[in-house]
Amino acid sequence: MEEILVVQDLTKSFIIHNLAKHIEALHDISLNLKGGEFVGITGKSGSGKSTVFKCIYRTYVPQNGQIWYNSQKYGFVNLAELSERQMIYLRKHEIGYVSQFLNIMPRTTARELVKQAVLEMGSGEDYANMEAQRMLEHFELDKELWDCYPGTFSGGEKLRLNIARAMVKRPRLLLLDEPTASLDHASKIKVRELIEQLKREGTTMMGIFHDLEFMENLCTRVYTMSNGILHDLQI
Amino acid sequence: MDDSERPVLAVRNINKQYGQGCVNCRGAKGEGLLKNYCPVCGTVYACRDISFEVYAGEILGIVGESGSGKSTMMECLYFDQEVSSGEAYIASYKGGETNVFEESSQQKRYIRNHLMGKVYQNPLMSLKMNFSSIGNIAEKLISAGNRNVGQMKVRGEELLEHVNIPVYRMKEAPKNFSGGMQQRVQIAKALSNNPPLLLLDEVTTGLDLSVQASVLDLIKSIQRQLKISMIIVSHDLGVIRMLADRTLVMLDGQVIEQGLTDQILEDPQHGYTQKLVQSLL
Repeated sequence: MEEILVVQDLTKSFIIHNLAKHIEALHDISLNLKGGEFVGITGKSGSGKSTVFKCIYRTYVPQNGQIWYNSQKYGFVNLAELSERQMIYLRKHEIGYVSQFLNIMPRTTARELVKQAVLEMGSGEDYANMEAQRMLEHFELDKELWDCYPGTFSGGEKLRLNIARAMVKRPRLLLLDEPTASLDHASKIKVRELIEQLKREGTTMMGIFHDLEFMENLCTRVYTMSNGILHDLQI
Repeated sequence: MDDSERPVLAVRNINKQYGQGCVNCRGAKGEGLLKNYCPVCGTVYACRDISFEVYAGEILGIVGESGSGKSTMMECLYFDQEVSSGEAYIASYKGGETNVFEESSQQKRYIRNHLMGKVYQNPLMSLKMNFSSIGNIAEKLISAGNRNVGQMKVRGEELLEHVNIPVYRMKEAPKNFSGGMQQRVQIAKALSNNPPLLLLDEVTTGLDLSVQASVLDLIKSIQRQLKISMIIVSHDLGVIRMLADRTLVMLDGQVIEQGLTDQILEDPQHGYTQKLVQSLL
């Protein structure tokens, strides 16, 4: 399979001006992802796992290095230098990101939230409704909650909604930042089923997991991180 | 996506100065000055070389402290003030190849009435407080060349209904309305000629929280339904976070940072932006 993502010498540090501090978060990270692969990353908190993801998603601006992404629309592009406009397109259509915490849009119901993700891609209202319903059903989110504001949901419900919102787009590259952290066992299995299904469909994925044994059979490769350095870990 | 590659509005190096300038500051457009005014002659450089683009269906946020030149820039774009120098190109005007600042006053009026809508912080700026609400909307329709009273009435009702002003209050003057309602009438007026670009200058400042929410929801739903581009100026980062796709940060008349909204909020690069984000409650 051809490569979907190639990260070369990614370096990121945070410069906090008013505290005159310079925090090194990532040192020369290099990794690559082939199409259809599912790569896991593990490591202690604070080791920089999420920072890698956020650099790929352009929430953080990397200082150095290249992030080559093989886009369906633009071909090989360097996400570190891509125009904001193109990045917005990729976020809407090709790259999905499940964060640890649900970013709640005020006064937006769960159903709307998932529906918006489909509408952003340019689909019609009916299709969006159908997809949203299918996804919420799959994650067994209580039907009563569909038309409620997620602000009042429990941690697990929020997370399921968050994953539903990212997965409903069927992204080409999916970044999962601890998608199973606060879920009970049954929900974890749901998430795993969905990851398996996406894997069968050929979605390339990268995930951060603490409970690696749970994901063991799914991952094609596993990296560990410590102090901003990435190590290869063969299983 | 392909047809939206050309920006709806492209702004190139807008400068706006108040005062003649002196030997100390002239020529360099205020470059090298510590702040945005000259300590020798008092010339204020309100906008210094501002450039940006707005694409179709996109919301661009502009944040910055009071006096950073946000509103001046918006007023220049809406021809409320004249720029000192700079260029702006509107895609739907002459193919986007004419600098609109160099056009005649008639053409500028045409652009203002057909291709832009503006919502001010202060409703007094755009509404005639003693006219009826529907009459205020008719005013903009008339300046765009409409003369059919029946049609204008239908359009006015449609617009006011869209912004949730009840039918039976349409003939009431905005001076009797609450702040939030006045703001919604302004939005209806700005939208009356289906402009491709809406300029929103601090629209929620000074409104109480629940009214703010209703105005913001209205703006969001309008953007989704009509897919118009917007420039939103605000010093409220919450507004920007909720609405804007991309954000510019202004300080002392200059754009000091720009990026995707979540990047500006989570990984601000400039010292001022960091301070701004840290001030968020």
